Amino acid sequence: MSTTTPPVGPGEAAYGSTTRTAAEPTGGPVQQTSATFVGMPTFPDAARTALANTQQRRNLHNATHTIRAKRAHVVAEVPEWEALRLAGAEAKDEALTHLGEYLEQLERTLTAAGAVVHWARDAAEANQIVVDIVRAKEVDEVVKVKSMATQEIELNEALEAAGINAWETDLAELIVQLGHDRPSHILVPAIHRNRSEIRDIFTREMGKVGRPAPSDLTDDPARLAEAARLHLREKFLRAKVAVSGANFAIADTGTLVVVESEGNGRMCLTLPETLISVVGIEKVLPTWEDLGPMLQLLPRSSTGERMNPYTTMWSGVHVGDGPQEVHVILLDNGRTHVLGDRLGRQALRCIRCSACLNVCPVYERTGGHAYGSVYPGPIGAVLNPQLRGTASAIDQSLPYASSLCGACFDACPVRINIPELLVELRGTVAQQGGHRAESAAMKAAAWVLSDPKRLAGAQRAATTAGRIIGKRTIRSVPGLGAWTNARDLPTPPTETFRQWWVREHGSEQGTEGDER
Amino acid sequence: MTTPTPRVTDLRVALFATCFNDTMWPETPKATVRLLERLGCRVEFPLEQTCCGQMLTNTGYAAEALPLVRRFVDVFGDYDAVVAPSGSCVGSVREQHPMIASSAGDTGLEGRVEQLRPKVYELSEFLVDVLGVTDVGAWFPHRVTYHPTCHSLRMLRVGDRPLRLLRAVRGIELVELPGADECCGFGGTFAMKNADVSIAMGSDKARHVVETGAEVLVAGDNSCLAHIGGILGRERSGVRRLHLAEILASTEEHPA
Repeated sequence: MSTTTPPVGPGEAAYGSTTRTAAEPTGGPVQQTSATFVGMPTFPDAARTALANTQQRRNLHNATHTIRAKRAHVVAEVPEWEALRLAGAEAKDEALTHLGEYLEQLERTLTAAGAVVHWARDAAEANQIVVDIVRAKEVDEVVKVKSMATQEIELNEALEAAGINAWETDLAELIVQLGHDRPSHILVPAIHRNRSEIRDIFTREMGKVGRPAPSDLTDDPARLAEAARLHLREKFLRAKVAVSGANFAIADTGTLVVVESEGNGRMCLTLPETLISVVGIEKVLPTWEDLGPMLQLLPRSSTGERMNPYTTMWSGVHVGDGPQEVHVILLDNGRTHVLGDRLGRQALRCIRCSACLNVCPVYERTGGHAYGSVYPGPIGAVLNPQLRGTASAIDQSLPYASSLCGACFDACPVRINIPELLVELRGTVAQQGGHRAESAAMKAAAWVLSDPKRLAGAQRAATTAGRIIGKRTIRSVPGLGAWTNARDLPTPPTETFRQWWVREHGSEQGTEGDER
Repeated sequence: MTTPTPRVTDLRVALFATCFNDTMWPETPKATVRLLERLGCRVEFPLEQTCCGQMLTNTGYAAEALPLVRRFVDVFGDYDAVVAPSGSCVGSVREQHPMIASSAGDTGLEGRVEQLRPKVYELSEFLVDVLGVTDVGAWFPHRVTYHPTCHSLRMLRVGDRPLRLLRAVRGIELVELPGADECCGFGGTFAMKNADVSIAMGSDKARHVVETGAEVLVAGDNSCLAHIGGILGRERSGVRRLHLAEILASTEEHPA
């Protein structure tokens, strides 16, 4: 078994510090962009394509508005919601501030309970650990519980390359996998599909990898679910190895928690002989008590349910009950890099609820694929450029993929201030000097705005234009096509407010002529 | 409905016109001055003012905005109240200026920003919270719908203050805007850098506005109005855009 050393050790003082100093380390290495997303177009380019997909626009609009309304309803009925949000954020911050200590505690409690703990610095190490375990079991297939961490490391592709079939058992993940598609949402990866598209995918693809869909399958949701259930049942009963992630990893008890809605997770977590869980290191919670607020925050924020349907918790191995070999792979893959940023580390509080996606007016229109990562939406726009760095075109464009409307921050159950992080990351991108023309324009604007006389000079140009244009409407301006292609431009006035004020009051400032 | 007794206040009130209004929408700060004077305020316009720096900060040039933060506290530091007809610019002063001062490591500036911050008001906040009025004696006999801009709503939390002010306007027919709390898609440089998404958002907003049958779209930010109004204009929709200040300043003698 390959086992590496913990990526962070106790006493990593920088993680708890509140002020940025030159001495503060920048954290661990960034995550390598996975093969699927290398060379992705920038967000505006990908968004343009997505906006033209009318079926997807309609699917996304219906789905996001439905979940949005459900969430708003069940959040409004909890009077102590804000206190819960604070408790959730505090528990996560405590874990992140002393991450090394809690991870080592988790390793001890897990090991004591009979689990085998592995440490993976990056995707390649994590994938190799999984492949080695599966090969040692001499099987050529695994069943999978929906897991963002395994999506992130592209475990399915790594298993396939090793000749191992990975069967997704979450309904939406199954739709995505059978459709040779990519997930476009954290919670509902097939949100961009409607039920008639799903029927077509099931009819076309199920027979190629197992029990075919019934020949008379309709797009009735109950019939679609039944087809998936029958298709998956034989895989559940046959599989010797399951792979999962975890929503939470509790340090003081060595307990992993998976929260799901369909019962497929429960099947995977209890039936196979061997269970491998890939867990991001930020999933650690200090104590069992910290789980309480989380299990209240998560279902209401994600599915809009009061209580989660299937919550599975396990601590290592129990003889004669459930998997008899339990592996836990603790994954860094860029997380310690994020941890090195005083402001940015709050993104690691994320519990993958998707509330920010569902309320986001940008996500609602573009869908998830435009974000070039398994983490789309507002959280993806702040997490990806931190996990992967801002070297690629897509990661440079993501911090700008927001109108900064603030709906995401309001909805976040662990109070991640996404707009604040977006602005911070824009600063990082701007400092790289990637956009020369923009940088020059912004510096020129700063120069003009730093002196009222310069501002007045620039305003004279505007009022001159205003006098020339008169009452005509500006429908096109060379160089301003991005604005004027679909929007009229406001016509400048013939006199600025400042000029009017001076004309009315002289160059004194008070309305009654009083001097400052 | 009665016209309120003018409240003569001893406050030294400064108008922060904002660079955008000063340059492109002078009728809005003019209306703000008329309105505040009508309510008994003595309004000053310090000519040394320029800009809050929001566009620079939000585009990633916070360091370039630092001189503007310094200028802002220099110009407005001595006033009892600073009033601006823009939720977005007030949001920038209250939420971003502390961050910029702190990032620059200038503790003196941080302290001055912290002192000034609570004295900077968006117009509806100043009217309702400081002057204590909702009926400002306005007259505007038109069908109007109100778009609460994101920074007013989620950064400043102005809540229903603008609506309470509008409801008290004589002659107004106020109609609810569907999906009112959704962003219009302006977002500063977002409108240019992500023009396609911005327009997709703006078109939906404009459609909702047209659906209300309103003649006039009102909001507390001319930037959002320029965007939604630009789409409404391109569509020849026949809907006029007006800033909240202009409706509240409107009277039989000086109608907006």
